Amino acid sequence: MAAVSTEPQQVDLREPAGWRRTKNRIATWLMVLSFVLVIIPLGFVLVSVIAKGASSINWSFLTGGPVPSVVAPAGVGGLGPAVLGTIEITALATVMAVPLGVLGAIYLNEYGGRNWLAALIGFMSDVMTGVPSIIMGLFIFTIWVLHFGLSGLAGAFALGCLMLPIVIRSSYEMLRLVPNALREGSYALGATKARVTVTVVLPAAIGGIVSGVLLAIARAAGETAPLLFCIGAAETTNSNVFSGANTALPLQIFSNASQPYTGAAQRGWGAALTLIAICFILMIAARLVTARFARYSR
Amino acid sequence: MSTVTRVDPAGPAGSTRSLSQRRPLGDRSFQILALACGLLVLVILVLIAVTTSQQASSWFSAEGFKIFTNNWSPGANQFGALAFIYGTAITAVIAIIMSVPVSVGIALLLTEVVPHRWARPIVYVVDLLAVVPSVVWGLWGILVFAPWLQKIYTDIAGGVNGVPVLGPLFGQPVSGASFFTAGIILAFMITPIVTSLSREVIATVPAIDKEGAYALGATRWEMIRGAVWPHSQGGVVGAVLLGLGRAMGETIAVALVIGSSPEITSHLFAPGYNLPAGIANLFGEASGEFRAALMGMGVLLFVLTIIINVVARGIVERNARRKRGA
Repeated sequence: MAAVSTEPQQVDLREPAGWRRTKNRIATWLMVLSFVLVIIPLGFVLVSVIAKGASSINWSFLTGGPVPSVVAPAGVGGLGPAVLGTIEITALATVMAVPLGVLGAIYLNEYGGRNWLAALIGFMSDVMTGVPSIIMGLFIFTIWVLHFGLSGLAGAFALGCLMLPIVIRSSYEMLRLVPNALREGSYALGATKARVTVTVVLPAAIGGIVSGVLLAIARAAGETAPLLFCIGAAETTNSNVFSGANTALPLQIFSNASQPYTGAAQRGWGAALTLIAICFILMIAARLVTARFARYSR
Repeated sequence: MSTVTRVDPAGPAGSTRSLSQRRPLGDRSFQILALACGLLVLVILVLIAVTTSQQASSWFSAEGFKIFTNNWSPGANQFGALAFIYGTAITAVIAIIMSVPVSVGIALLLTEVVPHRWARPIVYVVDLLAVVPSVVWGLWGILVFAPWLQKIYTDIAGGVNGVPVLGPLFGQPVSGASFFTAGIILAFMITPIVTSLSREVIATVPAIDKEGAYALGATRWEMIRGAVWPHSQGGVVGAVLLGLGRAMGETIAVALVIGSSPEITSHLFAPGYNLPAGIANLFGEASGEFRAALMGMGVLLFVLTIIINVVARGIVERNARRKRGA
């Protein structure tokens, strides 16, 4: 009779030794290193902006005016017109892009389904997110500014073009997560498709949609290139967003950054800190909305 | 013979109108409204192409293929845009070379190494890079980063002086503003998008493949090379192309740090120009033929980025579809 060993086989569960283990360790450390390589510039930028910008931030800098010329020393005038311009223009762009984008996403998810037109629109809106922002500026310059002149409205059009595909994409992702049972339940009660979409599907997805919209606003508020040829360079507050030259924070940073004067640099840092603060607040708000209100998440 | 018509059983007797015709007006108009908003994307893209090309037509017709020469002197009405195209390519390639290994590394770190609850804060931190506005990168780039880089450039240039290949690439810097500075800043800016797309692609690798590799005794690195990489190669290429498209179109940060000099040189520490930065810096004072030329450079940039994005999205989507089918 053959001897059958009944004791369990010992399996070596230790990490393989030698070169294979070393290679694995090296690879893991390289991955950690790549994350560190991202933190360094980010920290560097944030520390520079806060250290150099904080001293110039005060109430009259944020709300006062008129915008001083680039040769003026620090502390003269204020960027109130630019802060107001940024708020006006971004708000107007949001009012234009968000309803259109959400409706576009509704078409893609609720009506388009799998037909070729919806596939084409979805694909092209993804492609449109990759169109350089300066092209939007040239486009609005061509179709609007050449005929009606510089205005905050033109800037809002350009930012709206930029936001539209972002809103479509993020809203579409959120609508897709809404379970079909909700739709079927309301159809069974006799509701029309439009009513189901507006009263059942949209409320179910609203948390995610709002969060996507806030991120799109944060992106648009920081954009300079689309505004460059559209809103001009006003020095005083222009509260009429629909006509006349206006100004915005990113434009002020741009014009001050390209000048060698210390006063200009000081104003540039102050404006940069203000702009980053606006963008970060919007992003944090988006995260909070996601955490608090998003019912369905990926 | 009878044709099938869907008759509403609850409708008034004798009604032969089909159900779809009996939808309330509000319901139908909502659908049309939604469709119109969807079509808006296509309309805007077509309008961009048509209107900007019209504005640029005089440049295209006056210069013909001379737009691709290096003959740029606005004073003499000569607008060959090759130096700008060259700068666009060089800065984008530098950005890609620096950003892709880091992005893929972070994507692997997130999907394969760190525990799930750590992944989220890391993603937030990487996404912060994308929240910092372009113009702030530019401001920091020109006032802090470029002067600091200039010292390093000088050291490198001293070190490689006379060495073949490296010598002509890394010569003495004029200032901190150069192709290379622009490339580095672009690398920071595109890292978030390349990371998030690569991560999406890598996350679709089936767990069973990875477990199979581990079961055969592979280390984590061997598992990544054997199971993750073959699956996600295509998608990562798509992500890299999208990053390239972004790097080519990024305007304001580059306009501030590239040095603003339309020259073609192998010398990476030299000041240069790229298409978007040229448009941004020169458009304000341009008129007539000059403006048409800048508009035309915009059209070139638009066409280039559209092609790159269509190809990249195509690759990413095909990859995703294959994964779903498998």
